[in-house]
Amino acid sequence: MTDLHGNREALAACLDHAAQNGIDRYVFLGDYAGYGADPGWVIDTVMDHVARGAIAILGNHDAAVLTDTEDMNESAAAAIAWTRTQLDARQRAFLAELPLLIEEKDRLYVHGSAFEPDQWHYVTDLYAASKSLMATPAHATFCGHTHVPALFHMSMTGKFASFEPVARVDIPLTPQRRWLAVIGSVGQPRDRDPAACYAVLDDERYVLTYVRVPYDIESAARKIAAAGLPISLAARLFEGY
Amino acid sequence: MDAQHLETGQVIDGFTLEQPLDPGGMASFWRVSRPGTDLPMVMKIPLMRQGEDPITIVGFEVEQMILARLAGPHVPRFVAAGDFERPYIVMELVAGRSVRTLLDKTPLAADEVASIGAKIAFALHDLHRQHVIHLDLKPSNVILRDDGEAVLIDFGLSRHEQLPDLVAEEFDDPVGTGPYIAPEQVLRERGDSRSDIFALGVILYFLATGERPFGEPQRAAEWRRRLWRDPYPPRRWNEKVPPWLQEIILRCLAVDPAERYATAAQLAFDLQHPDQVPLTARATRRERDGPVAVALRWLRAPKTATLRRHDVSTLLARAPIIMVAIDLAPHAEGLRDALTIAVRRVLATEPGARLACVNVLKTSRIGLDPVVDAQGRNPHLQRLVELRHWARALPAATERITYQVLESVDTASALVDYARNNRIDHIVMGARGSSPLRRLLGSVSAKVVAEAPCTVTVVRTRWGPAEAEPG
Repeated sequence: MTDLHGNREALAACLDHAAQNGIDRYVFLGDYAGYGADPGWVIDTVMDHVARGAIAILGNHDAAVLTDTEDMNESAAAAIAWTRTQLDARQRAFLAELPLLIEEKDRLYVHGSAFEPDQWHYVTDLYAASKSLMATPAHATFCGHTHVPALFHMSMTGKFASFEPVARVDIPLTPQRRWLAVIGSVGQPRDRDPAACYAVLDDERYVLTYVRVPYDIESAARKIAAAGLPISLAARLFEGY
Repeated sequence: MDAQHLETGQVIDGFTLEQPLDPGGMASFWRVSRPGTDLPMVMKIPLMRQGEDPITIVGFEVEQMILARLAGPHVPRFVAAGDFERPYIVMELVAGRSVRTLLDKTPLAADEVASIGAKIAFALHDLHRQHVIHLDLKPSNVILRDDGEAVLIDFGLSRHEQLPDLVAEEFDDPVGTGPYIAPEQVLRERGDSRSDIFALGVILYFLATGERPFGEPQRAAEWRRRLWRDPYPPRRWNEKVPPWLQEIILRCLAVDPAERYATAAQLAFDLQHPDQVPLTARATRRERDGPVAVALRWLRAPKTATLRRHDVSTLLARAPIIMVAIDLAPHAEGLRDALTIAVRRVLATEPGARLACVNVLKTSRIGLDPVVDAQGRNPHLQRLVELRHWARALPAATERITYQVLESVDTASALVDYARNNRIDHIVMGARGSSPLRRLLGSVSAKVVAEAPCTVTVVRTRWGPAEAEPG
């Protein structure tokens, strides 16, 4: 799960869905804060999972809460400024300890790109994907940051290609090539589908499945408005863009 | 793992190599066994040399990806696949004979060609239903099981429309097999299920005449010719090819996919009902098109595939076979009117549909039914006339409507069997009013609803309050 962005309703719906589907382990790819009205609850929930063995990675919005917002657009910066007032010391300390990437077995988890992870590159096209794929020997890289689900791969002959994943379809991550899976956003999807997005990896059969979970957008949007955050952040949740 | 140095008795990931089988072009095959598994199994091991021969590597990867996703009687059952270090696929060893073995006996009789063709078409339809286009259909890739069903093998060039198309991404040239590749595949279009219908047309042509319609071009540059040069009609090679079979084959071989059968199920339907195939001028011709027509097609032939987003499931959904079960009893007139309205609605939303109008002539168990009734008429024929009369009120073009009178002791079973044997997508039928006896015995429509392999719409005339609460 990635790009949770303080959206309690979306995260709760995804976690319920995952629990019903017998998920053994969780990986969070960053951006717990920013945009949404419940950063504290979202961070507490992620902390709780980490205490039980989950992986959590640092996202650029989490880093901005701790440092500065100079690269951000106006509404994102406003949300970060508000988020700072919402977090307690324990939650800040948790964010401060998060790693930029984690490698485990033949997999790599990162928020933006395996290429210069601290520069928060967006993997939106084949070129950006090729840079990330070349930057790691991992068989599969999982990232977020773009809020748009996508799957890139590189063949043994060095050819790169992209694929638009179809929800609920098991995609075998074949051993013959290397894969880069961009997981869509839980808290603020931007691919014109307002349902929350996450993905499941079956590491025995090595298949990846993208999942869409509808959630109570009205409540999440109402809370954004009530917190005095930019109203565009509430409106875009309905559009999924 | 080196495919060249395998020995009988060797064990790979729990599978014991029992016996080498005939090698294919790009792989070696071994019959294998595993304790606790009764299924006869074959292990396919790619003959690859690292870094060379990308078609072998990618083809094997694609087959691993797709075969594991397929189910049903028309594909070998997937058992296991090896990893990067030891690539292999273990699958069901299908007992039967390859369609290639029939090529020595060509030309085959028309009914045999139709029967084999319908089996392959059903297998294709089942594949397309699972979002997969074969894209390398040819006699050596079809096995006829001993029980008669066709099984498709070798998915190395196939496309799963919901998975990355690794073949298209790896190769800039068209891939396929010269005699069988469809014109749009030559233009590198890999998303149209009707490409398989073209290849099946080539197989039917070959079985019916002993000749290949487009020869055996080896070089991809020669494959383009089929975009403008039409094949000789089958009757030129074998005058015993009946017009209906020539009509079917040439329709499969149309250059524009939109002019072929929309689905393999519709093709199978025609192959199973030769007397109902609507014939056009091409059914009896013996010559190819003249130089002017060919030159015009050459001028207009596209250089690249038009960018169309084909979606196999949409294509299949738009061209269903709809069966209407019509009650011809005199007192069911109101019900027949209601049925007309219901069928009109279905045809309005699904313009590519084919309609099969069916009536069941109930026979007695003893089998002593008279061939003619009291007035000296053949009841079977009379019912066909009545079916045609009923269908008059429908908007569909007549070549999309077929008529069938089934004879059976059990009306519901006859309807369900027909739906199953013809891969019917949707049954529309009437239900007579309620009566205590009907509730006791169970109605025909209730039984069809319970047992049909597809969607069933049950049509009623609206009951008045008095009828709704009998007694």
